[in-house]
Amino acid sequence: MEHSNKYIFIYSVILVVVVAISLTVVAVQLKPAQEDNIRIEKMQNILASVNVSTADVAKKQVIDLYNKYITNSQAVNTKGEVVETDPAKVFAIDMASEIKKPLENQMLPIFTASLDDGETAYVFPLRGKGLWGPVWGYLSLKTDYNTIVGATFDHKGETPGLGAEINQEWFSSEFRGKTINDNNGNFTSIKIIKGGAKPDDPHGVDAISGGTITSHGVEKMIYDNLESYQEYFKKVKNQ
Amino acid sequence: MSDTKTKAEKEPMFSPKILKLLKSPLNIENPITVQVLGICSALAVTVQMKPAIVMALSVTIVTAFSNLIISALRNTIPARIRIIVQLVVVAALVIIVDQVLKAYMYDVSKKLSVFVGLIITNCILMGRLEAFAMGNKPWPSFVDGIGNGLGYGLILVTVGFFRELLGSGKILGFAVVPKAFYEFGYANNGLMILPPMALITIGVIIWVQRTKSPELQEK
Repeated sequence: MEHSNKYIFIYSVILVVVVAISLTVVAVQLKPAQEDNIRIEKMQNILASVNVSTADVAKKQVIDLYNKYITNSQAVNTKGEVVETDPAKVFAIDMASEIKKPLENQMLPIFTASLDDGETAYVFPLRGKGLWGPVWGYLSLKTDYNTIVGATFDHKGETPGLGAEINQEWFSSEFRGKTINDNNGNFTSIKIIKGGAKPDDPHGVDAISGGTITSHGVEKMIYDNLESYQEYFKKVKNQ
Repeated sequence: MSDTKTKAEKEPMFSPKILKLLKSPLNIENPITVQVLGICSALAVTVQMKPAIVMALSVTIVTAFSNLIISALRNTIPARIRIIVQLVVVAALVIIVDQVLKAYMYDVSKKLSVFVGLIITNCILMGRLEAFAMGNKPWPSFVDGIGNGLGYGLILVTVGFFRELLGSGKILGFAVVPKAFYEFGYANNGLMILPPMALITIGVIIWVQRTKSPELQEK
């Protein structure tokens, strides 16, 4: 059966409008639940960076755990001044958009965690580039602003089995106990070493075989993001 | 759709013909092992059973409802743009499924990642729409969609079962291989986690199926 051009035209317009309206309704209805999931994932990542596992915990309990461990949140700028102290606003800071701003306008969150052993740790968000897309993570330091308590990384689309390994426990657990300053207190960050770091290297971790560019991306991400906090570190240490 | 129900009264809802639409894709007309459609996702999402089950359900829902909608519209769809109309309907359903997964099964949706979106390109869908829904009434089309979705799912879950069991020693995330086995030197087969073993597992399933169903064997 042959239809006229007019029929085809009207038919396709109606079809597309109906589909567009139904998709909009679905998207608007489901948005709150989806945003909750993203917030909870962020909480899980922050907790993972201070070695609190939430893998087998129900979603609602993640929020309780987060409120239990993360006792304070604030944001500083690259001059080391505190610019935001409302925890909800600090939590909502999106590093993906922050790192695109000029350095002096960036808001840099710091989450304070009180751990089970009585120690305090500071969690810093990281954001950088991998091979195919963004990589991000969280890194936590002891109160000396030098020793790493833990770290966690994730990625958007690194190569499975190679660069994608950065979100695995074996990679992130290497960072525990490493230091970001040399003996003179100068910032050196963490080096990701191809072929494997020496066991006694306080600043080096093993790179991922076959994931060289992702490894470099993670190294640069840690350096760039932590460097922005240096002024703040100096201020706090001098107090 | 209401007029089809009145017409269907002449024929019972679950006549032998309708039941055949439901059953034959599970075996002698299986979309994966016999029609060899939808192989790509069968390789990609069968490392563990849970994503395989969710993928199977998603494909079943999308196939069933796109069959139903296209069949209900089949007499109005202009022949010249019928593939586009089919694609729009399928794409809309896939986006809805994707959004629902993101809202209520976030972990699974992250594991399935692009493969939910790629349901759109799953050959089973276009195949069933062109071959069945365009020429049949909505109710049989709906059943045909469910049958083919389940036939696809059956293979996906079977492959997922063996890959998770042999590759990680688990079923649905629970460790089923006793610790004692590992102490005696049993090791998980890391190769099962990689896509090539999914292809080989499907191959073994096809082999077993052909041995059991002589009508599938070429003379």
